Parts: sequence; C-alpha cells; structure tokens
Amino acid sequence: MIAEDSVLLRMGLVKVVEMAGFEVAAEVGDAEGLLAAVEEHRPDLAVVDVRMPPGFTDEGVRAALSIRRSRPSTALLLLSQYVEERYAADLLAAHTSGVGYLLKQRVADVEEFIEALRRVADGGTALDPQVVAQLLVRRSNDPLERLTAREREVLALMAEGRSNAGIAAQLVVSESAVAKHINSILAKLDLPKADADHRRVLAVLRFLGVGA
Amino acid sequence: MKIRTRLRRALTRLTRDASFLALGAPLHLLMVSLLAGVYGLLWGVIGGADDSAPIALGFVVVATVFCVPALTVAQRWRFRRLLGIDIPRPGLRRPWRQLAYHSLAGMLFGTLEAVVAVLIPAGLALSLTTVWVYAIPRKWRIEHPEYATQAAYLSVAGLLVLAAVPYLAAALVRFESEVVPTLLGRSREEDLVRRVEDLTESRAGAVDAADAERRRIERDLHDGAQQRLVSLALNLGIAKATLVDLPPEAREVIDAAHREAKEAIEELSGLVRGLHPAVLDELGLDAALSGLAARAPLPVRLRTDLPRRPAPAVEAVAYFVVSEALTNVAKHAREATRADVTVTRLGGILRMVITDDGLGGADPGRGSGLTGLAQRVRSVDGTFRMSSPVGGPTMMSVDLPCQN
Repeated sequence: MIAEDSVLLRMGLVKVVEMAGFEVAAEVGDAEGLLAAVEEHRPDLAVVDVRMPPGFTDEGVRAALSIRRSRPSTALLLLSQYVEERYAADLLAAHTSGVGYLLKQRVADVEEFIEALRRVADGGTALDPQVVAQLLVRRSNDPLERLTAREREVLALMAEGRSNAGIAAQLVVSESAVAKHINSILAKLDLPKADADHRRVLAVLRFLGVGA
Repeated sequence: MKIRTRLRRALTRLTRDASFLALGAPLHLLMVSLLAGVYGLLWGVIGGADDSAPIALGFVVVATVFCVPALTVAQRWRFRRLLGIDIPRPGLRRPWRQLAYHSLAGMLFGTLEAVVAVLIPAGLALSLTTVWVYAIPRKWRIEHPEYATQAAYLSVAGLLVLAAVPYLAAALVRFESEVVPTLLGRSREEDLVRRVEDLTESRAGAVDAADAERRRIERDLHDGAQQRLVSLALNLGIAKATLVDLPPEAREVIDAAHREAKEAIEELSGLVRGLHPAVLDELGLDAALSGLAARAPLPVRLRTDLPRRPAPAVEAVAYFVVSEALTNVAKHAREATRADVTVTRLGGILRMVITDDGLGGADPGRGSGLTGLAQRVRSVDGTFRMSSPVGGPTMMSVDLPCQN
C-alpha cells in the first residue's frame, strides 16, 4: 500500500517496495483514498506521505493514526519532507511496533530504505536519525544526562530501530561492546532486569519522551 | 524671446498673487467685520441701547460660529486652487485655533492684503496723472505749470509703486503660505504622529510581504524541485541496486550521479531551512526551533515557553534570529562546546536569549551576520542586545514585541 501524491516519486516507491519483495496492493494520491484502500485491501504495510492533498499539512499523519486505531496490525512507514518529532511521538504514543518515520530523502539510499521497510513490516521501528537528534534536544535535562556520549549514540541508534548487529556495524564496534553499552544504559535509566526486549523498548520510549 | 517669456512669467505670477491677495482680503476682513459687529453689539447691549440689540448680537454670534469652518474651507480652497498648497483638513478639531486664526491673523493679513490690493489701482492712477494733465485744455496747463511738474513726480511715484507691487505681493504670499498651513492645518506634532502611523503600517506591510514571498519560495522548492530531486535520486538508487552486471565505468557514473543528487537534496533543504521552513507555519516556533537545535553542529539546549503563538511575522523573525545566532556560534565562537537557547513570552514581549560558552569577543559592528540580524530585529521594532567580553561567554538577547 503506497500513499504519495507526487506521481514520479510514487512510481519510484512502487519499484523499491517491489524490489524489497513486497506486493503493492494499491497506490493512492490522498488520505481519503488511503483509508478506503486500507479497508479494501487490508495491507500488512502502508507507506504514507505526511503532506498530501487537499491541505498539504499533516493529512498523512492523521490518516495513519486512524489506521492505527482501526487496524492496529497494519505496519506504517511515514515519509516526511521535514523532521517533525511531534508526528513521530504521536505515532509512537499510539503504538510502538510496526512504525516508521523517515525523511523523504532517505528513500534515495535504496538499500537502507529497504532495510527500514522490512524492519517496520516485521513489527520493528525505523526512525530517522534527524528525528532522533531532535528528540535528544528536547530531553536533555533528565536522567539521559547521565549517559556518556557513546551511550547516547547507541541509544539513538536503538531509537532509530536498529538491532544490536546493526548498531555494531554503524559504530564499527563489536556486538558484545554494544550489548555492554545497552546494559549500562538500562542500568542508568533505572530499568529493572525483566524481559530484555521489553526493557529495550522502554528505554527507547523514555528517550523519546513518549509514554513511560 | 527670452525677455518676452520672462515678462509673461512675471505677469502670470503677478496675476496669481494679486488674485490670491484680492480674494484673501474679503475672506479675512469678513471675519474681522463680524467680530467688530459682535464687539459693537456687545457694548450696545451692556449700554442698554436698543431692544433689538441682543437679538442682533445672537444672529451675529451664530454667523461667526458658522463662519469659522466655512472660512477654513474657503481658505483651503484658496491656497490649493491658487498656490497649489494643500493644507491638511483640520475638520472640526481645534476650533479655537481656527477662530484665532480667522480673527487675529485675519486682521493682519486682511489689512496687508487690502493694502497691496489697493496699491495696484492707486499706482495705476498715479502713474497716469501726466496723461490726465495732458487731457486738460492746454491753456489751463500753461497757466498752472507747477501742476505739470507735480504730475510728472506723481507719475514717477506711481510707476515706482507699480514696480514694487509684484515684490510686495510675492513677499506677502510667501509670508502667508509659510504661516497659514501651520496655523490652520495640523500641528507638527500631529503631522509626526500621522507620519509615524503611516510608516509603521507600510513597514508592517513590507515585512509581511517579504514573509509571504519567503513562504511561497519555500513551498515551491519543497513541492517542486525537491520532490523531483528525491525521485531522481530514488531512481538512480534503484538503478544502482538492480543493475549489478554493468561495466565498472557505468557503475561509477551512476554512483556519482546518485551521490550528487543526494547532495543537491541536502543543499536544497539547507536553503529552504534558512528561508522559512514549512514546519514554522504549520506547527509554530517551538517545533521549528527544535529542528534548528538538532541540526546545529554542537549540542544545543532549547527551552521554550510559549502559551500562545505570536504573529507570523514575529515567528519568522524569531526563527531567523535563532538560526543566525546558532550559525554564528558554530562558525565564529571560538572553543564553544555548547549553546543555550531560551525563548519565553513575557506579556507582550517575546524574549530570546542565546548564549554560548566560547571565548567571546564578538562585535556586532563587524560581521554581516550580526548586522543583518539586528536589522531584521529592528524591522519589527525589536531590540537587540549583545554582550561578548573577551574570554566569554557570549550572550545575545532579543526582544520582539508581539501584541495579540
């Protein structure tokens, strides 16, 4: 499912999504069409542009939130012209899995974009590094202050939705080093040892300042 | 030829001045005579002269009162029609001043005007004395030769008067046209107030227009060029990912094109951000500033306290200020490791304080960045203060008025 008003870009997106091994059930150009198409095709994943006709403001976000409510199993990847962490926070507050929020220009890096697509479709998250950076500006006077610069980097990459292996590759360190950093982060954020994955989500949520 | 044009011009001017003065004399003297009537009747009433005197007094007073605005209108017409001087319409404001003008200044001007107006026929009559004398029978003239000499003197005097009349008339017209607009029109203070209002309005219009233009450019770039570039980069990316069996040269070309397209997108979004980001319109200063802070090359702590959104022009200036200030910090503040941005609304003032922990020594007099910033702040009547002692820290404080 693809909702994007620019025809050129929509065609490109269809190609990339198909390259990633997905089948495109429908492509639409506005939020109303998106909602109708979701009802009709019940897709696993919807790629949605934030700014769409008629108002060209946040129609995509509102449509995505309404899809979240009516069909929580639909994974959502939002594409935006600019970073607006409130949109991301709104989405994450509704549900934390199967959500992505990327800058439009990221689709140019086809491999990374495909990776993000798969991650979101599998119930993970994919947040744009710029979104994460903005959230970091906001939450700079809370327990996160205790983190070291490296730990912040690791947490930011976690928030982007990357796995330990992905973080290790990005920072050019070993996976065990990443695991060590994550443990230290969890300890500093006062997250008790329980279910490891759950704590990871909580840490990211605290980082993003939503929920928790 | 030259002399004829000069003569014609002088004559035109004389006609104009003469008619101006001739018209002024009755207008001015009408008021004077009305006031004289009031004065005389008042004495009559006090002296108990006549039964009809109080009634006549009432009539004359009413006529005087009604004459004030009418005479003002007439004077305005006279100045505009004959001299091309537009006296601002005082309307019914300051009636005492108008009354004073018509009675006191009117007495002076009316007399002077009457004198100048009378000088013209008098001069003419005098200068023609010789002609009269020659019109008389020759015999009488020979019997009284002294009259012929006197007539010659009188003629010369009349010609002198006639020669002086244009200068006198011009001087009086100049005198009147300098004094009357200030007496009858608006005072300088009122003029300044009006002017400041006009200027404030037109400047606000200019600021708004520039803002609208910035917004339009931003939207055009966003919805046009940037979308196309993204789709170009995407297609190049697809080509790169799918065409794996190309010769290495072709791959290199595609790689380079892909890279360039991505860089162009980055540059374009940088440009748009400097102009007027869409997020500023849609979600306000808070959201737009957090984007700025996140993209700054050094850590920025941002605190905003904005219960209500300021006017769009103020938001735009505020955004520009923070954007420029952070750029300055990143570019020029030596050894700065972090910056603090605080935006608060205190009643009708939006206050922004931007500090950094660099070595200081910034001078608003130098550097076009700071000058442009100060200018933009002044464009909405804001104040700009900066303290940057050598050794640091640097603090910039900007207050923008926002009444709404």
